[in-house]
Amino acid sequence: MIVRVCLLLAVLGIKLSVFTAAQAADIKKVISSKGIEAWFVQDSSVPLIAMNFVFRGVGSVTDPEGREGLAKMSAALLDEGAGELQAAEFQKKLEEIAARLSFSAGRDNYSGRLSTLVSERDQAFNLLKLSLNRPRFDERPVERIRDQFYASLIRNVEVPQRVLGRKWSETVFAGHAYSRPSDGTKASIASITKADLNTFVSTRFTRDRLIVGVVGDISEAELGRRLDQVFGGLPKIGRTFNVPDVVPTGAGKTIVVKMSIPQSAILLGHAGIKREDPDWYAALLVSRIFGGGGLSSRLYEEIREKRGLAYSVYSYLNPMQKSALVVGSVATKNARAGESLSLIKAEWDQLSKKGVSAEELRDAKTYTNGSFPLRLGSSRGIAELLVGMQLSNLGENYIKERPSLINAVTLDDANRVARRVYDVNKLTTVVVGDPEGVVSTP
Amino acid sequence: MVLTLRSIRAVMGTFFLFFIIFFANNTIGAVFSPKSFKLDNGLQVVVIENDRAPIVLQMLWYRVGAADEKPGESGLAHFVEHLLFKGTKTTKPGEFSRRIARIGGRDNAFTSYDFTAYFQQVASHELETIMRLEADRMQNLVLSDDVVLPERDVVLEERRSRTDNSPAAQLREQVRRALYLNHPYGRPVIGWKSEIENLTTEKALAFYRKHYAPNNAMLIIAGAVKLDQVRALAEKYYGSIPYRPVSPRVRPKEPPHYAHRRVELRNARVNLPAISRTYLSPSYSAGGKQYAYALEVLSLVLGGGNTSELYRRLVVERGIASTAGAWYGGDGLDYGEFGIYASPKAGIDIDQLEQALFEEFGAAIKRGFKKEDIERAKRLIIAQAVYARDGLRAGPNAFGRAFTQGQTISDVEAWPERIASVTPEQVNQAAHTVFEIKNSVTSVLLPGDGK
Repeated sequence: MIVRVCLLLAVLGIKLSVFTAAQAADIKKVISSKGIEAWFVQDSSVPLIAMNFVFRGVGSVTDPEGREGLAKMSAALLDEGAGELQAAEFQKKLEEIAARLSFSAGRDNYSGRLSTLVSERDQAFNLLKLSLNRPRFDERPVERIRDQFYASLIRNVEVPQRVLGRKWSETVFAGHAYSRPSDGTKASIASITKADLNTFVSTRFTRDRLIVGVVGDISEAELGRRLDQVFGGLPKIGRTFNVPDVVPTGAGKTIVVKMSIPQSAILLGHAGIKREDPDWYAALLVSRIFGGGGLSSRLYEEIREKRGLAYSVYSYLNPMQKSALVVGSVATKNARAGESLSLIKAEWDQLSKKGVSAEELRDAKTYTNGSFPLRLGSSRGIAELLVGMQLSNLGENYIKERPSLINAVTLDDANRVARRVYDVNKLTTVVVGDPEGVVSTP
Repeated sequence: MVLTLRSIRAVMGTFFLFFIIFFANNTIGAVFSPKSFKLDNGLQVVVIENDRAPIVLQMLWYRVGAADEKPGESGLAHFVEHLLFKGTKTTKPGEFSRRIARIGGRDNAFTSYDFTAYFQQVASHELETIMRLEADRMQNLVLSDDVVLPERDVVLEERRSRTDNSPAAQLREQVRRALYLNHPYGRPVIGWKSEIENLTTEKALAFYRKHYAPNNAMLIIAGAVKLDQVRALAEKYYGSIPYRPVSPRVRPKEPPHYAHRRVELRNARVNLPAISRTYLSPSYSAGGKQYAYALEVLSLVLGGGNTSELYRRLVVERGIASTAGAWYGGDGLDYGEFGIYASPKAGIDIDQLEQALFEEFGAAIKRGFKKEDIERAKRLIIAQAVYARDGLRAGPNAFGRAFTQGQTISDVEAWPERIASVTPEQVNQAAHTVFEIKNSVTSVLLPGDGK
């Protein structure tokens, strides 16, 4: 569910990609005269244009040592003044045309999104162009945003899910750039300068790593011109960042972070499977059966429906550019935290040893195929899909091909992959709260 | 208004509040051009034809929520919402959601003070399946302790996640209790812990029988469907459910408020303090609704974003707050709420910020708001009506809220026009009328020892 994605973003700061298949939307590739490519779905049902774009691989993971938080801080500042417009003027212009412009730095990727009324597109694209090409980073907005980062660092210390996500990343990615705090630290935020921000933008906002998806009421010819207008002035080639691949660490470890709250929040998991792995679709279906998909899954049934141990319990695959995880999550009152955890581990073990049933696999297939069209209900949803498909290096026929990729998974495939991916002995477990029946491993 | 959902919800705290207030209200402005009819048993049906994608959304809104519970049974409306997934005469516990999942659908439900709503989104050729299932649980619910008691534990866990684990959420609960001296809007939608623990199968069934009737509900179907097709299916599945008399919603009213209230919560886990004030105010349905549209505009110019008065003065110019703003919750059937808030920058004393917040708030009201700022805010709100048409959810949400909260389909359709007609004089007058300190609660979240 959408809300689950929000939770994951909050916990791990990692953007989930889009994987489901669908009924065909008519995707065109538009290439501008400067060679900028966008995937495009023309739609005139609403007088809107939605543009999503990503600079691949230059999210928080490329924050320099000691400048943790730089990517996110830049994202917060791009609409705080650009070109000749100071912060307040820039924001007033956006409001006057009711355009929605936002930027966000994920762990791997840096993304932006513009929605505008067709009638106001000229100004909207111009403001986007300014923000990407000529952000001002004036002292006053920089200091104000810096203060907001300090404030949220202070506040996050008291939010169980934030503490949990932080500890989890530090543990499973120890020693790797993924372990560093994407929100920064007090010291790193303090050290970020205007020069850092300018360097960040000029070395990362480049055309070689740009991915664009557009949906709306605009012609192909005009879209080509708009692509040049917005992105044509960016450098062709950016700096390369050598982020190494990483195998998650901490297998078998349990860490309890004491907090005096009535309910313990738990994350557990281990190495997962990458998006480009040939077993991806089998893993996706197994994951759905085990802990995915809203109001039904094995974990939901065992932990919530039968025993009332939790309101929230689920698991998911989390493929990243340099690693991959499979993660489970639950929140249970302290007195029964140990019980919840044991049950999830038993299910984890059972899945790898006994696999799934033919009926479960069949249902997972019909779910996975049937739920795809739900993504196509809004321009925003489609634009996100267009970018997600490109990020995962899928062809534009993917939407048509996906059902057969799903249907081709056999019960043997599913069970082989369940054995391959899930291993109860490799779990790393992090708990925040005051749990009974769970202790840290030495 | 606080909504609580049956499924995993991590959206808590202020973010959640804002989502509801801004998103929900602002989307009402869309011109959805619905078609509607009524079945003989009193069920209202609204159809929003939209063939953009081969999908359909069914929402069923009941005119019952937490404010319709008896004293001592707080949380019952929300609990019953959870229990509607527990099976009927012909559907086993959990089967409802499993069937929806099997066809690739999404389903969920949510409860607030004035409504309980259920929805499913599926490929449009599965419309009949979801209409059959939803109609079935309007009259055939079967409950027994073996499914009800574990679900009660689930709700208690939900309460821990939402409220008990968070000092800010605990404070919001206390603020509502202080804001309403007599009306049930003062209770938490999810219920008090001790009262949730005492909810039973019998109480749930009694509540269900009392409120779940076709004549107390609105069915909304949006997506790639045609009116005639929906009419035929509605007749087939909902039409046979008998009309049953439902008591009018008579709720205790607020007495005059004489005293400003102040609520402070201290907790060792709080690191960043916060200050806010909430005023009891008119809503779109009650208490001087001519002010509601003006309050909507006012909330934006006063505190709706980075260009608003409060943000500009406290965050940008004086540099003492990390955030500051205002919100209006005008949905309530009986009352509305208007709030202002701020959080200090690290190192700024909360007392200093409190003084500054009320100083700037008072000065802004006294000064009045400029025509150009009001025009900009109005344009922004009205544009939401266009954005709301992108996707299937906003229309059904707006009509469902209107139906359960004292408004009509035409109120929804006229919303952008009414926002457009708001004048600076009306905004300034609403501000002068509504903000009486005796009708408000000031709340402060503080670090320290809560004992």
